[in-house]
Amino acid sequence: MVQQVVFILIAIFTLGMALGTVISRKLFHAALFLVGTFAGVAILYVLLEAEFLAVSQVIVYIGAIATLIVFAIMLSRSMMDKESGAVNKQWWAAAGGSVLLFAALALLLSKVPFATTSAAVPDDTIAKIGSQFVGVYVIPFEVVSVLLLVAMIGAIMLARERHG
Amino acid sequence: MDLSSLDLRAIGAWFHNLLMGTGMSAMLVQFIESLVGALLLLIFGLTLVIFLIWLERKLAGRIQDRLGPNRVGPYGLMQTMADALKLLTKEDVTPFDADRVTYNLAPALAVFHVIMALAVIPFADQVIAADINVGVLYLMAVGAIGSMAALMAGWASNNKYALIGGFRVVAQLLSYEIPLVLAMLIPVLVTGTMRMNGLARAQGDYLGLGWFVWTLPLAFIIFFIASLAEVERAPFDLLEAESEIVAGYNIEYSGMKFAWFFLAFFMNSWVLAAIGATIFLGGWQGPFVDQIPALGVIYFFAKSLFLFVVQAWVRTTFPRLRIDQMMSFCWKFLVPMALVLFGFVAIILKLHLPSPWEGIILLLSNVAILLVGLSFLGRSQRKAVYASKRAFTPTIPRM
Amino acid sequence: MLQQYGLIGLLALIAIAFPFVTVGFTWLIRPKRPDPIKNSTYECGLETIGDTWVQFRAQYYLFALIFVVFDIEAMFLFPFAVAFNSVGLFAVIEAILFIVMLAMGLVYAWKKKAMEWQ
Repeated sequence: MVQQVVFILIAIFTLGMALGTVISRKLFHAALFLVGTFAGVAILYVLLEAEFLAVSQVIVYIGAIATLIVFAIMLSRSMMDKESGAVNKQWWAAAGGSVLLFAALALLLSKVPFATTSAAVPDDTIAKIGSQFVGVYVIPFEVVSVLLLVAMIGAIMLARERHG
Repeated sequence: MDLSSLDLRAIGAWFHNLLMGTGMSAMLVQFIESLVGALLLLIFGLTLVIFLIWLERKLAGRIQDRLGPNRVGPYGLMQTMADALKLLTKEDVTPFDADRVTYNLAPALAVFHVIMALAVIPFADQVIAADINVGVLYLMAVGAIGSMAALMAGWASNNKYALIGGFRVVAQLLSYEIPLVLAMLIPVLVTGTMRMNGLARAQGDYLGLGWFVWTLPLAFIIFFIASLAEVERAPFDLLEAESEIVAGYNIEYSGMKFAWFFLAFFMNSWVLAAIGATIFLGGWQGPFVDQIPALGVIYFFAKSLFLFVVQAWVRTTFPRLRIDQMMSFCWKFLVPMALVLFGFVAIILKLHLPSPWEGIILLLSNVAILLVGLSFLGRSQRKAVYASKRAFTPTIPRM
Repeated sequence: MLQQYGLIGLLALIAIAFPFVTVGFTWLIRPKRPDPIKNSTYECGLETIGDTWVQFRAQYYLFALIFVVFDIEAMFLFPFAVAFNSVGLFAVIEAILFIVMLAMGLVYAWKKKAMEWQ
């Protein structure tokens, strides 16, 4: 019961933050609303007893990616450009598209038979994730490292200050 | 009196029984217990900071051949209380073109992230608010909120100095988070747990020689240096370099909002000292702690305050680094050493050596990596000095 | 498990509310005498010249990008470290390979002088 109440409150919070991200007039505020959205999703993961996913969500999305976004905004835009105007003439098309996408996703997810179990979440989930990284999923694990390497080289190529 | 009954856990059990005795539902009891626990943590944090500020000011005074606070109360102990009262009644100036919402949210988030960190710190065996499975990562996650708060403050103040401070946050706090995390990863590798209490428990062997500071000294050194940078202390206080950018990201804050940044700074210092004490100095471990569990609290505070004092000592002794030195030191020295250390420790542990030998081999490998790292550092330093000498020595015209 | 997160949740609510409550309290007792000079941007008593925002160096952004990569790497290594006791030597080699890949990125940045502060 308590869990459901908390879920509803958090869901409302997350959706509100997401809406704020879309309609906020200042780009910096939109980024902060995005941080709120990420935090809400992290709390939803906690409610699902997926601790590792929750902390990863906070560390990677809030700690790294949102910081990067906020930072890019700080680098490229003055605070004095007050109204950047998130709403333009095509807002109704975007809203319609979003509603359609939501309907399609809801339909799809309701059709998928998810494997469920009533058993409690095992205590050593993180150790299991870890041993599967180097066991069953070793190829994706190594591919991730290549992907990160490529991302890093790309970042260096793009962001390096060129001289001469 | 039976000394083994001196245990903080007994207070918790007594409180639990007291609540259960009133006939409330189990859920309500749990809610009240959690609420009391959370409030206790908050009150503990605030009172601790009052003491820490006094301690650091007194210490800095002594180190710099001054007296430090000595007017208000015995030994100046009430000085911080007086300062807090003053800040409470100060006018709160908001610059007219600041972004009000972000401006007011930033100090609250700064306090939020340090108080949240208290939840996973074990004060004694099992005396921990929430011994969660992902303790170490949780600390990393709340730390991420801290750098966000500094960024928000820097941007929202609409001040050049604050904005530069905000950029330096990214340069420093984010960069040094990597060696900090990699250093914390190595004890996790040895113990196979991320629970803070489990990490402290794993260090009980050989009467203190099982502490990771002895077997993994390099990891501790990396952790400590990175924690100095994370708490913005000299030699890494570029975020608030007074002589360059006045006060950094919190320049425009006054009154209570400034007090919150100040409090977050000191509490963060102690939190990182407490994490260091728990992960590397054995936390609540110490002689006779199994017989008298309450001793654990004393050991823990002794160790964490010791690290805090060392931080303050470093702060009062070292000059500030330049930004290029700071960044190179992180990415070219600390991070490579941490990565190499991780590989070595993983291989040594997989050799499954008998217990004391494993520790000795780990210690030797740590020292070896540190020496190799230092020799590289020394060589590049000599090269840099030589190059700068060549650049600045005027060529003597030939006669 | 959710009990512990219940405590953390309550702590979060208290910790975020507390600063606002105290700032609200000081609003009752503190003086409020704003004037345009006092509320202007503080730049050591000098008048502000131009816009606050000036062009900053893109190198800050580069460091943030490298940070993201290493942050994600650490996230992958933590579960491995927890599972370390139950995996074999081969798994250790896999993990070291993972680190070597990222170390290569670091070496690349080093060689390209991306980490020199210019």
